[in-house]
Amino acid sequence: MKKNLFLIILFYVILKPSISFSLVEIDITRGNLDPMPISVSPFFSDKITDENIKKNLNIENLGIEISRIIENNLEKTGLFDAIEKEAFLQKPDIAHLKPRFEDWALIKSQVLITGKVTSKIINEKDYINIEFKLWDVLGAKMVDGFSLTTTPRSWRRVGHKISDKVYERLTGESGYFDTRIIYVAEEGPKTQRIKKLALMDQDGFNTKYITLGSELVLTPRFNPANDKEITYMSYFRNMPRVYIVNLQTGEQKVVGDFRGMTFAPRFSPDGTKLIMSLAKDGNSEIWVRNLETNIQEKLTDHPSIDTSPSYSPDGKFITFNSDRSGYQQIYVMRSDGSKVKRISFGKGIYGTPVWSPRGDLIAFTKLHKGKFFIGVMRTDGTGERLLTENFYQEAPSWSPNGRIIIFYRETKTDDKGEGFSAKLWSIDLTGYNERLVSTETDASDPSWSSLLGN
Amino acid sequence: MNLSKIFKNVFLVVIFGLIVTACATKKSVKTTTESTTTTKAAETQKADPIEKLDALMQGDVYIGSDTVGELASGVPDRVFFATNETILTTASRETLRKQAAWLRQNSDVTVVVEGHADERGTREYNLALGERRANAAKDYLMTYGVSSDRIKVLSYGKERPVDSGSNPLSWSKNRRSVTVKAN
Repeated sequence: MKKNLFLIILFYVILKPSISFSLVEIDITRGNLDPMPISVSPFFSDKITDENIKKNLNIENLGIEISRIIENNLEKTGLFDAIEKEAFLQKPDIAHLKPRFEDWALIKSQVLITGKVTSKIINEKDYINIEFKLWDVLGAKMVDGFSLTTTPRSWRRVGHKISDKVYERLTGESGYFDTRIIYVAEEGPKTQRIKKLALMDQDGFNTKYITLGSELVLTPRFNPANDKEITYMSYFRNMPRVYIVNLQTGEQKVVGDFRGMTFAPRFSPDGTKLIMSLAKDGNSEIWVRNLETNIQEKLTDHPSIDTSPSYSPDGKFITFNSDRSGYQQIYVMRSDGSKVKRISFGKGIYGTPVWSPRGDLIAFTKLHKGKFFIGVMRTDGTGERLLTENFYQEAPSWSPNGRIIIFYRETKTDDKGEGFSAKLWSIDLTGYNERLVSTETDASDPSWSSLLGN
Repeated sequence: MNLSKIFKNVFLVVIFGLIVTACATKKSVKTTTESTTTTKAAETQKADPIEKLDALMQGDVYIGSDTVGELASGVPDRVFFATNETILTTASRETLRKQAAWLRQNSDVTVVVEGHADERGTREYNLALGERRANAAKDYLMTYGVSSDRIKVLSYGKERPVDSGSNPLSWSKNRRSVTVKAN
């Protein structure tokens, strides 16, 4: 009997990878227990390309930089372990042509990524072509790859697109690297914070400030259907209102014509509607505004505080928080406001529910016994799981593939009221791989874009 | 025991093994990456001399005079609230009656009532809570004869604390509604 058990365990472990893919597959529900060793060879480029890139971008070796973007992205998932480049035995150009798999197996690499950068001139304009290949070292074959031509200044995005392809191929999940994060950049003392809208690539590069800091701005959120558009709340002229901004043109407009403070905005998944709260005469209700017909409608009708609404990905339901039971709790209703149902029943108070892009979970903030938690529960309120605990943290936002949650965390000040800071953090849905997200300044209220369009 | 049952049991064992290692890893990560600020919160609270807190807070409503300004001579500009509450205390009502009396005498003055919350709540909920607190003050001023068109309401949620401390006393000073001259 014992012998049988042992055999079955072996059978299970050995068989599992070959069931799904020929390539070694990663089980992402396990987090960073056993990261897969990978090699990202510097991308090869010829002399003429190097000169052109130096001229266009002032970068000495773009091939190395691109390989670093990929390494950094993949390592931050906690699923991969990039092998030091000094250990590589094969030169980038030859490896890209035909790797000597024994050399890569020798340094324990299971996967190899190679590539080539070539400068091109099309209609007298500079372009770069980037080619990449993904190799299965143990299977001794190429398993994926693509070639992209783009303007030189989009080079980081190509690194992200390659990372997405590799991640997709190795985990079976869609990627999230070619994305941006909109957040509130913070500066100054705690009692007089200066806040600006800021936009950056998911890995912290290419930060742009959208507002100047002359008025208080809060809670920016991407339109899930259009990565060029965000909604946020501004205290412009001391009239706290919800705005929509076009990130390309810089054009912004106030949403609706409400007498009272509008706040807590979020787009519908198809981007045609906006839900938000309206606070008037001491009562906050949830409203929806159709951005195509400009018809607005009140969805909740209760003397309590109803706020922080978020649509389900199919647009049929809305989750929100309300203190109608006496304390802040999470509710779900149909998107027309009917069939309101409380779903959070654990100890503590619950807020900021955000529906996962996969539809099966709701992320939330919980306050219990003086501590703040970020957690997830099923959409009926069952299966509550707390991912992280701290002095103060809130505002979860999902990566577009629903695997990672980004949020912000504030520190406790010391006896003199000093030492305050606010930072962005991310954590896997598994509760593993908690990471500080690097930002130029203090930061709060993050919102993750969908995978970028072109 | 048939094969599928064995397989199921083994699978469970494997999963269980994963969970156990998982928990162990998680714990070690936490202790290394997180500071111990949260546990200290309770200690500082206890360490504060009780007599001192009693003089400054009733329940958890601030009753001291630190940070309190004047709307006019002898008329305090602010009232304080209990955690998550918008109910006006006896002292708050007295302050607001003084404000109302002064506003009735100075009928050309308009005011903004600014509602605030402490940092121990989510941002959006606190915006709503600040609005509710400011309206509680506004309603009381109206009851005592100040017309509604002279009173604007503005919620700052937790965005503009007066005290940057992270302790119950600081939070009590930040849970407030402040009446500010607008002209």
